[in-house]
Amino acid sequence: MKLHEYQAKQLFRTYGIPVQRDAVIEHPEEIPGLSLRYPLVLKAQVLVGGRGKAGGIQLARTPEEAVERARAILGMEIRGERVRRVLVAEAVEIEQEHYLAFTVDRSARRLVFVASSMGGVDIEEIARTHPELVHKVVLDPLEGFLPFQARQVARRMGLRGESLVQFAQIAHALYRVCVDLDAELVEINPLARAEGKLVAVDAKVVVDENARFRHPDLPEDEEATELERMARRYDLSYVELSGDIAVIGNGAGLVMSTLDMVAHFGGRPANFLDVGGGASSEAMRHAVDIVLRKPGVRVLFINIFGGITRCDDIARGIVAARPAVPTIIRLVGTNEEEGRRILEEAGMAAFVDPEEAARHAVASARRS
Amino acid sequence: MSILVDETTRVLVQGITGYQGAFHTARMLEFGTRVVAGVTPGRGGEWVHGVPVFDTVEEAVQATGATASCVFVPARFASDAVLEAVEAGLSPIVVITEHIPVHDAIRMVEAARRRGVHIIGPNCPGVTSAGKCKIGIMPNHLFRPGPVGLASRSGTLTYEIVASLTRAGIGQSTAVGMGGDPVIGTTFVELLEAFGQDPQTEVVVLVGEIGGAAEEEAAAYIRDFVRKPVVAYVAGRTAPPGKRMGHAGAVISGSEGTAQAKIEALQAAGVAVAELPSQVASLVARILAGRPVG
Repeated sequence: MKLHEYQAKQLFRTYGIPVQRDAVIEHPEEIPGLSLRYPLVLKAQVLVGGRGKAGGIQLARTPEEAVERARAILGMEIRGERVRRVLVAEAVEIEQEHYLAFTVDRSARRLVFVASSMGGVDIEEIARTHPELVHKVVLDPLEGFLPFQARQVARRMGLRGESLVQFAQIAHALYRVCVDLDAELVEINPLARAEGKLVAVDAKVVVDENARFRHPDLPEDEEATELERMARRYDLSYVELSGDIAVIGNGAGLVMSTLDMVAHFGGRPANFLDVGGGASSEAMRHAVDIVLRKPGVRVLFINIFGGITRCDDIARGIVAARPAVPTIIRLVGTNEEEGRRILEEAGMAAFVDPEEAARHAVASARRS
Repeated sequence: MSILVDETTRVLVQGITGYQGAFHTARMLEFGTRVVAGVTPGRGGEWVHGVPVFDTVEEAVQATGATASCVFVPARFASDAVLEAVEAGLSPIVVITEHIPVHDAIRMVEAARRRGVHIIGPNCPGVTSAGKCKIGIMPNHLFRPGPVGLASRSGTLTYEIVASLTRAGIGQSTAVGMGGDPVIGTTFVELLEAFGQDPQTEVVVLVGEIGGAAEEEAAAYIRDFVRKPVVAYVAGRTAPPGKRMGHAGAVISGSEGTAQAKIEALQAAGVAVAELPSQVASLVARILAGRPVG
């Protein structure tokens, strides 16, 4: 789950990572009351990327200007996400920009520290154009991140004196944030040098949803859509897509391959929904209900390969949900006969072959 | 032969008194797996489906000579349970538990590496050597002994592909569900190495999905070291970037982890890549019949 910049910066402060003086506002009228030094930078608090290009970051030299800019930003929708808060910060004169982050290196199966003297741009871009400027240290899980490793990287980045010492301190504090919060990613981009001192101008923290039990005070995930949040309450894994064929299946891989099959035969999936292993008829009923709430869905395609999931439970859930759109079902595996009987009694049929079912779903979406 | 588990494997189930632990212990016993012990702290002295329960792994191993473990312990206690199994030297340690924090997984995997034992998972369906031993939750009836080794990041898709192989009259040596998390104990490269040395395995099937670089690493390893034919399927061609598709590890981040990149890497290494899951069985059949593919 991604934190907002303002949330990440509040966290940084408690760990001693220098950030600009700032405030979060939800209404433009709050601006005159802020005791911040002008010029100010106003930043839309959204979780999608690319807010700068979308006009979500603006400079203001006077309170009047700031109110006007804040009003404009608060009215924006950036890549589908409505701006509800603006971070107002004292602008700094940036002399140089660095990059640093801790993240999970899946191949090494360890945490990795990544830093570059070339900040302010996408790290993937730097890695492509200037791989020699990207410094990586894979961390020993039992030793953790050691202070000398931070100094080594700082030196390789060309830092000296006060900057080198300060960089090492910030890197170490950022490591603490990563470990203490069970983060998948903590990133400062850019870490700017302004008036001779380093300051985190942006902040990104992605915490591991699976570790929420250790962090009961974490805010709710704002990135998820309403339907995605609703699905989560029933332990269903749902991702909204842009097509018109709603898809439900059991198992992440099977559902992904079902979306691929639909696309292969020329259809457009409306969503990904994995009911998980051993789904109850209740869970299945909720699944059908959720995917059909999305506007524009013409057809429902259910692809079940029962292992621990029982076909009779699935069939009962489908029948109870009474889908209001044409429904194509593929149902095989544990308790298959009973499942088919339940469907037949309700006037529904099921395919055995998933591809045949996918072709029918696509054809049905074209007709309706 | 087979890999990881066979008829001599003596299995301990951690979390045996829980709903899932008890249910799947019964299924494993039906399969013919030698489940010799269970562990649930505070429940030592009880029995589950005729299997004795102990309070600690140490005690269970001393009493029963267990050699491998199957972990059903809930996520917040799972890493402690896995470290207990690692300390006892059990291998493989098959971790069924879903939603284990990634920082915990990193520590578990490192501990196993230092002790020289294998972790399968977490968030996986387990390991099945057809006709010999099943550890985990794969459906019993799908498997027939034969020449195909499977390594997969997806559970249900493995069942789907195993079922279609069995229907086509093609059996399996060992099927390994590696798990859907970003950090897992055993991945394609280790399994390709094991299948390469297994005399029973004639063809290897890899089932991949979006996220990470395990398929690309497998491709590089196949190009340099694998002499047996490999067939692959990769799920998630139509997955959007930045969204987790069910599995914690199934996410395209930036330009990394797309199905397209994985498919291209595998094809460049000479792997026959199926476009639909059903094509896997026909590609394997062609290879076994000595006919060219691709």
